[in-house]
Amino acid sequence: MIQKNKLIESKKAFAFLCVLGFIVVPALYYFGILSIGDINMLGRFMTFAILAVGLDLLWGYVGILSLCQFTFFCIGAYAMGMHLAHHGGPEGIVDANGWKIPACLFVVYPYDVGESSGDALVPGFWKPFWNLPLTIILGLLIPAAASFILGYFVFRSRVRGVYFAILTQAIAVACWLVFCRNEVKLCGTNGLTRFDVIAPSGSIFTLNPVDATADWIQENEGNSGMDLNQDGSVNQLDYSIADIGFSLSSPSVQLSLYLITVLCLFGSYLLCRWIVNSRLGRILVAIRDDESTLNFFGYKPYTFKIFAFCLAALLAGLAGLLYVPQMKIITPSNMEAVRSVLVVVWVAVGGRGSLGGAILGALSVNLLYNFLTSEQNIGPITWSPDYWPIFLGIMFVAVVLFLPKGLIEIVEKFTRRNRSHVSNKPEVLS
Amino acid sequence: MSEAEIKDINPLAAYKDFRPSQVQLDSWSSKYVLFAEDLSVSFDGFKAVDIPCYGIRHGELRVIIGPNGAGKTTFCDLVSGKTRPSTGRVHFDRVDITKFDESEISLRGIGRKFQTPTVFDSLSTYENLLLALPGHQGWKKNLLERETEQDTHQILEILRKVGLFDQRNELAKSLSHGQRQWLAISALIISKPKLLLVDEPAAGLTDKETEQTADLLLELAEEHTLVVIEHDMDFVRRLNSTVTVLNEGKILAEGPLEEMEQNEEVMEAYLGR
Repeated sequence: MIQKNKLIESKKAFAFLCVLGFIVVPALYYFGILSIGDINMLGRFMTFAILAVGLDLLWGYVGILSLCQFTFFCIGAYAMGMHLAHHGGPEGIVDANGWKIPACLFVVYPYDVGESSGDALVPGFWKPFWNLPLTIILGLLIPAAASFILGYFVFRSRVRGVYFAILTQAIAVACWLVFCRNEVKLCGTNGLTRFDVIAPSGSIFTLNPVDATADWIQENEGNSGMDLNQDGSVNQLDYSIADIGFSLSSPSVQLSLYLITVLCLFGSYLLCRWIVNSRLGRILVAIRDDESTLNFFGYKPYTFKIFAFCLAALLAGLAGLLYVPQMKIITPSNMEAVRSVLVVVWVAVGGRGSLGGAILGALSVNLLYNFLTSEQNIGPITWSPDYWPIFLGIMFVAVVLFLPKGLIEIVEKFTRRNRSHVSNKPEVLS
Repeated sequence: MSEAEIKDINPLAAYKDFRPSQVQLDSWSSKYVLFAEDLSVSFDGFKAVDIPCYGIRHGELRVIIGPNGAGKTTFCDLVSGKTRPSTGRVHFDRVDITKFDESEISLRGIGRKFQTPTVFDSLSTYENLLLALPGHQGWKKNLLERETEQDTHQILEILRKVGLFDQRNELAKSLSHGQRQWLAISALIISKPKLLLVDEPAAGLTDKETEQTADLLLELAEEHTLVVIEHDMDFVRRLNSTVTVLNEGKILAEGPLEEMEQNEEVMEAYLGR
């Protein structure tokens, strides 16, 4: 079958990418060719690639154009951001319940009339994010649950096509406006920042700072002089200094985060490829082709659409979770409508309907963005960052005109030429 | 067909006077695989279909003819769940299916082929039939299970029968119109419905293809209950079965084609005299 040939090719390409991601890039860093900043940047772009893979499954295969993928990304990112803020920055005060108020929240805390700075409390919805495993679960589940609820009502009532795109765009804008408000206690337009460490042991095994402090005192009995107050208590301030965790600014942590991101990217790619190659994948494509006919085959297309939408949101949440420790800040500006549209551009440039294309698109557009939004002197020409939107527009139009299947088409042509002895004739099915 | 029998299938006059009792419904249900009572639908006040009483017998091959806009396709839409009726009920296989949606009705055993052949363009011929196989419509099954040898065998057998075997790995979009019609019919056959609604199977086909399609439908009629909607008189003649004439949403007459051709009313409405 044609698909079989494709699979072999993509298997080769996949192995190549694995080597590139896991061995070549770290080796380049090891030999000093790439700086840790470059590794960090690649890691961030790979989180975007995870996001793009999710959208490609949704848009490329099921034909659902979602313009709120970055919102799901940000929900995951905010989950991780809240976690890191809990354990970040030594400054900040401890509230009446024994929780340290994260620095970023403290500076923009929305006091009620008559409240003074001593009355600030860590909001209840921040508290689950103290714990790292819980943060990861919530960071994946909240986008998935949100997309399930949205999908259930929207797909069941057969809203489709451009109406769905407009709806999701409106949701993206609404979420952005909500997250910009100080009143929702998500740090307003400042966003979450002042991150310090990731995965201190207290955040893995305990659910709140009071327990963590108690545990810590127990473990360090007789050896905790420097962190004990005069009355023998340890406050949250000291706890976060005492339990160092992994500093986000250390190169080895950044490299590990990069490797985890690569692992997650390949994991999401393999998951999506498995789905696309299963019978379910054919149903998804059938929905793209002709949803109403599928009804008469006894299928309920909306259940499959909800499934794909949830999976894409889950992958977006995963990408967000991985993005924040590498970016070390998350602000509502990431939720702006234009960001979600950008994901569509990545997928379209890389190759809609090809999972590898989505990764290629996300990485290439972002690397180009990174290169072309700094001033470059190319011979006599001085490239100004202002030209970037124009360049992006031209690139998008050029790809649509000349490479309707996206950049992946070039890669496929190249690999096919190398393998010209392999017949492309469909294999005979007996 | 005697006059009494026709009245039995189409008790128009009787219906106006009484609502059928449960006993009556049961007896009709046992006689007819598909049974519609008081079925009507209106679009913006225009009554597209208004059928007081209509039944299809078990194992019957029924052809519905009528001029453009007579409500033939709308009747199919009502039965298959694409359109909700304004009034009335549809019973299929002893169950009231009026409130069911398309996929539930399809799972109950009504298969439908549309006027324009609806196939999935980006899937191969083989994959098109794979999706039509019965018993795989839940989504968990689709994620974890692959097709069995038996499924493959079954699909290839049908492809051989309709002459699409050589195109089995070609994308459906590369097929000709006739091949698409046949693929749509194959998908219908493989889903093993109890009742097949075939909407204009001969539309856009060459004479030879039309003949082949008629033969295929006749072969199907031996095992299935079929409702065929058709314009092409030669095609209808070839099917040689009971014909229902629809006009302006109402049943005008019913009987063998020869009889219909002699019916003044029918000729006036349909054959344009």
